[in-house]
Amino acid sequence: MKQRALKPEEAAELIPEGAVLLIGGFMGVGSPHRLIDAIAARGVGGLTVVANDTCRPGQGIGKLVDAGLVAKAIVSHIGLNPEAQRRMIAGEMEIELVPQGTLVERIRAGGVGLGGVLTHTGVGTLVAEGKQIIEIDGRKYLLEKPIRGDFALIDARQADYVGNLEYTLTAHNFNPIMALAADTVIAEPHHIMPVGVISPDAVKTPGVLVDYLLERAQ
Amino acid sequence: MDVKEIIARRVAQEVREGMLVNLGIGLPSMVASFVPDDMHVFFQAENGVIGLGSRPPEGMEDRDLTDAGGGFVTAVPGAASIDSAMSFGLIRGGHLDMTVLGGLQVDEKGYLANWMVPGKMVPGMGGAMDLVTGAKRVIVAMVHTQKGKSKIVPECTLPLTADRRVSLIVTEMAVIEPTDDGLVLRERGPGVSVEDVQGATEAALVVHGEVPEMALG
Repeated sequence: MKQRALKPEEAAELIPEGAVLLIGGFMGVGSPHRLIDAIAARGVGGLTVVANDTCRPGQGIGKLVDAGLVAKAIVSHIGLNPEAQRRMIAGEMEIELVPQGTLVERIRAGGVGLGGVLTHTGVGTLVAEGKQIIEIDGRKYLLEKPIRGDFALIDARQADYVGNLEYTLTAHNFNPIMALAADTVIAEPHHIMPVGVISPDAVKTPGVLVDYLLERAQ
Repeated sequence: MDVKEIIARRVAQEVREGMLVNLGIGLPSMVASFVPDDMHVFFQAENGVIGLGSRPPEGMEDRDLTDAGGGFVTAVPGAASIDSAMSFGLIRGGHLDMTVLGGLQVDEKGYLANWMVPGKMVPGMGGAMDLVTGAKRVIVAMVHTQKGKSKIVPECTLPLTADRRVSLIVTEMAVIEPTDDGLVLRERGPGVSVEDVQGATEAALVVHGEVPEMALG
């Protein structure tokens, strides 16, 4: 089945106020920048953003923060974004800090039908507050709940016409995991190639998971 | 020698042939430059590469190949790119031989605090909690004092990073190993006496006989 290619502004229009967005990227590397720009330009807010970090002001996810569109961010790091810290302290944006390895597994759990993850990470720290502790064979684990999104916004090196995705280098990060964990998956590939160009062995995200591709940059 | 170079050179001596090593951003990342060129080691960056290489030549950077601090890097022959689930699977699953992280405080139990100062600085833990929980060896590389105050304290007053005892603390003044008997002073920094170390350290140190000076070569 062929994919429908959307213009960035058409993709942004799919996203309603208050949506939960899973956004790939690590400090902007592997983030879907054209999609982010279109969402920032449209200005529909109240969003919950689930991502590794809030990037920097004026860059990647930082643009959504700057525009005041993020009501809540579930991230592992905001240290390089003073604007995110300022908004958190001023009470303008809620921040849930999650250890990076726990964050990716919570998203994975949401995507693969698991009821949660048991991890020792966070035991004996502030992260454990309010969470159920389960002891297995003498070791304590936190029960960390799954995360799902209304939309996953994915950056990929290339897609083919059926939506199979291949990633590159450190731009993989959260992208292939998030592609499983949202009701609607929009991928922004750098190249869109005929079917067959991506070897089946190189496909990290099968096209059946992808709802829309962003059309090529003009 | 600059204090950070002393620390980085000493930590580099902990790296062994064949290891998979994660270096934190800032001071810990300096360690790579003091590991001998002929030693076969893979550095992991938790954003998704095993086999991290040095900075590329000017103009040759690839925007999709960075370290965990967002700086441009290269990849060495034999490198692998991985997603975040694999990356933290390696870290949490005990496949990482060593991690080197910065610290705000380490206490007499060997517990580390390095991710927030309540009310002042809340950067987030990033990958630090998983790294300290899962790596086989955890080495804290930090300056001994901050504004004259000891960073090695009887008990951490800042929020802990994990409930795990770190393996070694390396500062410009000392190499300290947390043990069941407390913090054992293993080595002194260049030109520093045991008394100097004790004077600059709020926590109690266990001293066994002669404490050698770091051999930095």
